[in-house]
Amino acid sequence: MTPADTLRFATRAATAWPLRTALMMLAMSIGVAAVVVLTALGDGARRYVVNEFSALGASLLIVLPGRTETGGVNAGSFVSSTPRELTNADAAALLRLPLVQRVAPLAVGNSEIAVGGRLREATVVGTSTDFLELRGLEIGQGSFLPREDFNRASAVAVIGDALRSELFPGQSAVGRMIRVGDTRLRVIGVLAPSGRGLGMTTDELVLVPVATAQAMFDTSGLFRIFVEARGREALPGAQRQVEERLRARRDGELDFTVITQDAVLGTFDRILGALTLGVAGIAAISLAVAGILVMNVMLVAVTQRTAEIGLLKALGARAGTIRAAFLAEAALLSVAGALTGFALGHAGAWGVRLAFPELPAWPPDWAVVAALATALGTGVLFGVLPARRAARLDAVQALSKR
Amino acid sequence: MAQIELDHIDRIFRLGDSEVHALRDVTLRIEAGEYVSVMGPSGSGKSTLLNLLGLLDRPNAGAYRLEGRDVTTLSPDEQATVRSARIGFVFQSFHLVPRLSAAENIGLPLVLAGVPAAERAPRVTRALEDFGLEGRAHHRPDELSGGQRQRVAIARATIMRPAMLLADEPTGNLDRATGHEVTALLEALNAAGTTLIVVTHDPAMGERARRRILMEDGAIRQDLRAAAAAPESPGSGSTAPPP
Repeated sequence: MTPADTLRFATRAATAWPLRTALMMLAMSIGVAAVVVLTALGDGARRYVVNEFSALGASLLIVLPGRTETGGVNAGSFVSSTPRELTNADAAALLRLPLVQRVAPLAVGNSEIAVGGRLREATVVGTSTDFLELRGLEIGQGSFLPREDFNRASAVAVIGDALRSELFPGQSAVGRMIRVGDTRLRVIGVLAPSGRGLGMTTDELVLVPVATAQAMFDTSGLFRIFVEARGREALPGAQRQVEERLRARRDGELDFTVITQDAVLGTFDRILGALTLGVAGIAAISLAVAGILVMNVMLVAVTQRTAEIGLLKALGARAGTIRAAFLAEAALLSVAGALTGFALGHAGAWGVRLAFPELPAWPPDWAVVAALATALGTGVLFGVLPARRAARLDAVQALSKR
Repeated sequence: MAQIELDHIDRIFRLGDSEVHALRDVTLRIEAGEYVSVMGPSGSGKSTLLNLLGLLDRPNAGAYRLEGRDVTTLSPDEQATVRSARIGFVFQSFHLVPRLSAAENIGLPLVLAGVPAAERAPRVTRALEDFGLEGRAHHRPDELSGGQRQRVAIARATIMRPAMLLADEPTGNLDRATGHEVTALLEALNAAGTTLIVVTHDPAMGERARRRILMEDGAIRQDLRAAAAAPESPGSGSTAPPP
């Protein structure tokens, strides 16, 4: 029997029992669709998080005061005191490094904001001009913080869009005075509404020069220093330079931590990638179930067509020919089911994207390939036993069945 | 050398503890082109003999030479090749594949033998014409009458131009008139040179054969030849023990 004839024969056999074939395809397609939809969800979540982080800047270094390491007790544990603060001078020194493009010191605190009779609690972020570019923010009205020395405490502020609409409903905020804590500041700009950002919206922030915030909260230290390297490739070099410079500035002591955006991103990427893989694995169980169903259906088919198998043998079919015909039928059912499931899965993922527009729920290629391959693999694998049983039937007994 | 040479064939079936001798020490010679009927009561071993001749079954003892070649020792695949090329089967219940059309049923042996589609089509068309089935090519078995079904089955059995045709009660499921029609068709094929071996219960059909074998308890009881039969070479024929 030529391969084309085997395929045709199997197709005729599969289409001769439409209900059986439809149910079989349904089972297989549910398995494949489950894999496609669930991995689309998982990978969508992963991409969502990665995008969110990328919004922060891919070439970002974050300097934290203090050292986080698991080194146990060493000589330094007894002599060193509490870690020294990061200061504006540190930030200014970093700005002079060759691989560093932007630096934004950060001093954060909560305070009351008052305009006329209105009073509101808000997060005050003391920072510098580069913060705008670093965080990829956009200015809506007015201008952002002026470029000036980090130690200069200008009495200006930039407010988020939500704050503006609450404090100055229906009017322009630029040029108006607000009181933050005990300090009177002039609003010089309003951020464009963003609403985006991991758990932190910039719409309700008050941005002031870093020295102003330090004076407000009576501190000389910094919460963080954001450093942007000159491009993604420069990141490792910049990290080394930052560490060396800061270390030199504090008598060789490494009492600060430099983390990269990449490291955080990589962790999330791995966690969510593993999650997607796990979900895909669970969904793949349904494929194995579908495979067993293929076997069941094919075993029934062998019993149902015993007389036909006997006839084929009488007409000179070799055992291999009969095996191939039944295997082809099992494979055909699996492929048809898998393709239906593929279409269903993509429809499902499309539905998810429609329901949650912010989630890029596209099934990853590997999942689609794996699902289709598993479907075909299980179909053929579980088709082997029935096919062998068919090929081994005794011709005389098979012919006497009817 | 006869076309079919059976020597001391035994076929034993085991049913639980008991053994059933379906064939006992059967020795038989059949020449090419003979017309043989095998008769006998149920359980006399005539179907077993036919299955054995058709290489669907193997003897427990004895030798079967088909056209001078010992076929009992062939592998199952080699036997399948012999069946495909040399042997045609006609069954009482037709054994047509229900989902395939008449033309596809007739072409099945060609498909199984791996004959290319382009070569198959003219041969199937020819067979449809030969058996008066031109208008029925695309009908499925359940849309055909009993006689038409058996004609499709015979067309299928002969499409590979086998050397012998084995028919098991070919008229058993047909009414009298259709039965005659099918018998005539088989006899015409025999007249054209194909060896025809018919197993039947029907004495009327059995009587038509030039050589009549009567079986009983797995052994050949009687082996009769019609006087004015086809030319036979001396030395051939039956060596069945007399009753």
